[in-house]
Amino acid sequence: MATSSRAEPRPSRLARQRRASREGRSAATPYLYIAPAFLLYAAFLLFPLVRAAQFSLYAWDTVSAAKFVGFGNYVKMFNDPDLLGSFGHSAILILFYAVLPICLGLVVAAILNRAQVRGLGFFRTVIFLPQVIAMVVVAVAWTRLYSTDGSINAILRILGLGDLARAWLGDYTFALPAVGLIGTWVETGLVTILLLAGMGRTPRDLYEAARLDGAGPVAEFFAITLPAVRGEIVVAATLTIVAALKNFDVIYMTTRGGPGTSTAVPSYQVYNQAFGLGQVGMATTIGVTLALLIFGINLVLNRLGDRAVED
Amino acid sequence: MKAYLTRGNVRWTRAVAAGVGAALLVLTVGCAPGVGTTETTAPASPRASVNIDPASMGNVTLTIWDQEVRGGQNDEITELNAQFQAKYPNIKLDRHAQSFEDLQKTGRLVLTGPDAPDVIEANNSRSQMGAFVTAGQLVSLDPYAEAYGWKDRFPQSVLKLSSYSTDGKAFGSGSLFGLPQVGEVVGFYYNKAKLAKLGLSVPQTWADLEQQLKTIKAAGETPLVLGNLEKWPAIHVFGPLQGAHTPADEITNLALGNPGGDWTDQTNVATATELQDWVKAGYFNSDVNGAAYDDVVAKFGKGTGVYFLGGSWNTPTVEAALKGDVGFIAPPPVEASAGPSTTGGTSLPFAVTSASKNPDAAAAYINFITSDDAMKVIAAKGNLPALHASELAPASGVGKEVYAAYELVTTKGHLLPYLDYATPTFSDTLGAALQDLIAAKKTPAEFGAALQKDYGDFIKG
Repeated sequence: MATSSRAEPRPSRLARQRRASREGRSAATPYLYIAPAFLLYAAFLLFPLVRAAQFSLYAWDTVSAAKFVGFGNYVKMFNDPDLLGSFGHSAILILFYAVLPICLGLVVAAILNRAQVRGLGFFRTVIFLPQVIAMVVVAVAWTRLYSTDGSINAILRILGLGDLARAWLGDYTFALPAVGLIGTWVETGLVTILLLAGMGRTPRDLYEAARLDGAGPVAEFFAITLPAVRGEIVVAATLTIVAALKNFDVIYMTTRGGPGTSTAVPSYQVYNQAFGLGQVGMATTIGVTLALLIFGINLVLNRLGDRAVED
Repeated sequence: MKAYLTRGNVRWTRAVAAGVGAALLVLTVGCAPGVGTTETTAPASPRASVNIDPASMGNVTLTIWDQEVRGGQNDEITELNAQFQAKYPNIKLDRHAQSFEDLQKTGRLVLTGPDAPDVIEANNSRSQMGAFVTAGQLVSLDPYAEAYGWKDRFPQSVLKLSSYSTDGKAFGSGSLFGLPQVGEVVGFYYNKAKLAKLGLSVPQTWADLEQQLKTIKAAGETPLVLGNLEKWPAIHVFGPLQGAHTPADEITNLALGNPGGDWTDQTNVATATELQDWVKAGYFNSDVNGAAYDDVVAKFGKGTGVYFLGGSWNTPTVEAALKGDVGFIAPPPVEASAGPSTTGGTSLPFAVTSASKNPDAAAAYINFITSDDAMKVIAAKGNLPALHASELAPASGVGKEVYAAYELVTTKGHLLPYLDYATPTFSDTLGAALQDLIAAKKTPAEFGAALQKDYGDFIKG
């Protein structure tokens, strides 16, 4: 794409302007074209965003008049260990939602791509299936798996590891990883399909050349497959990290932030502060902070992605 | 590529600049949240005269938001609405029913909007009724209470739970803002067959109970079952325990968020210590914090555990499962001669909104559905009526024992308010702290300190 756009002959700015005026178009024309889409975007996205930022400067319980508190909510949030802790929980969830699925996805996709298994379509469908199921259903199913007499504990007992059996979602140490693994299960499929598409585009002759040079499957993976799918990894990382940070449905359905506050995440806090406790100012404060965080992470990832594509 | 990207960036930057400009414009035009959308009128001064003859009110439509969606509750309100409609055809009822959770969330929003209902079921808590009263969104029912004689109909202990000062600061005194239909009491459901097999009979004192838990555990049974994944269920275990340790007056102050209590005092720490000791001694199922409430109730119904400490609303579920094998007692008192103290109260009170154009008709409706005749309908449909429980009790079964326990607690003992009424954030604070206490992540002293911080900060204002 880079080469094609560079090769395309482009008229000089002067020429373009001349042609534009000849055809009776002004400089505003392009903006008129984007106006309908932009107005919709502004009405349903920018306006709520700005309103949310504005709400975050008030103490407001939704029923009485609001009180302006400046950055008071932000100061309060940064001094509240429970609220700050929920951002830490999100960082751990990124491991389970993004890092682990990408590692697993690379292995699975490399195997599927290399082995040329019969019925690849079937395996692709199976791996992608968790993405198609509504998260609420996923969460309910996993809650049963994790319960004291659920399948996971049953298997542990069969294996003679009954001492390890526990109520996973009620355990202070294991609740967060348990919730995280649900994310791993869901996101691995998406990542694998993305990576498979990338690997499928890699020219076969590169692999042949590597094999002629005596590269084994592992060397082949690191020398050819991995660099070839760097762009896909960035896309996968963007999607999965955003999913990790926005995680609400799974937490709401499995633990409601418990036990204690050990699985509370920012999105859940936004919901709970606004609708549970009626503290809209604090809710929007957390929401704005979360949005900025996601924006920042994506900015960094996209920079990395651009560099990967340019290389 | 580079050049292409850069040009794109310029265009993008301009769009963003335009967007930000538009947004800033909106921001300057837009008003502060709540202002303009809320009628922040001072609470209307009680009207001198009120009309209590519904037939003379002309053609009126009343919009009602309730949460009586579960089996017996829905039957009861449907029946009463039909009766009201038949008696007063000039008043049309427009009912909007939704679950308790939904009403908690949407109630706050609808009250401030243009489609505010005339009658709403508002939870007694400070986060709901308290906030609505503070914002001047509910009508004081004092003149109606006078005209209809509600203060004779309901005991003071019930009226207190829907009374606030008009500025919303004091809870439990001041003006009346709502009336409830159904009573609730937290007590011990017990498996009759198992208790008999262990050679035990219903405990008469708190010490008896403690001894029994020990005996049951030694016999290899689970003495108590609890599913606390949702955080709130343990509040209904802590409440009765607190009733055995802390004076009822202090608990009421703590629960209503009024000054005069201290979560760190010796009695409350003793309560927390006993609960934690029960967990450590293995009196509960091992997965308290990891099991869902309803799942554990279902297991109790299938024969797991001897006692289950829970609210009277569980009666239909456990009775359907255990049939005649389940009993119910109020938590035994410390002294055999004293009455029992336990958590309980009433269902959500029905309140009249300030936005209502027909407060007279709204009050007439509330009067109708909480009358003595209405209590008969409420009981007939399988609910525990807030009034006359003993007279209206079913002839047999666990229902009869629940009614008797409610009557005993309300007349002889103390019905202690739900602890999460206390402050707007207390249900969260208490729920998380109880999970911490049960998992031994907090000592009883740390537990008390965490609650005192929330309560203390609120009292200070």
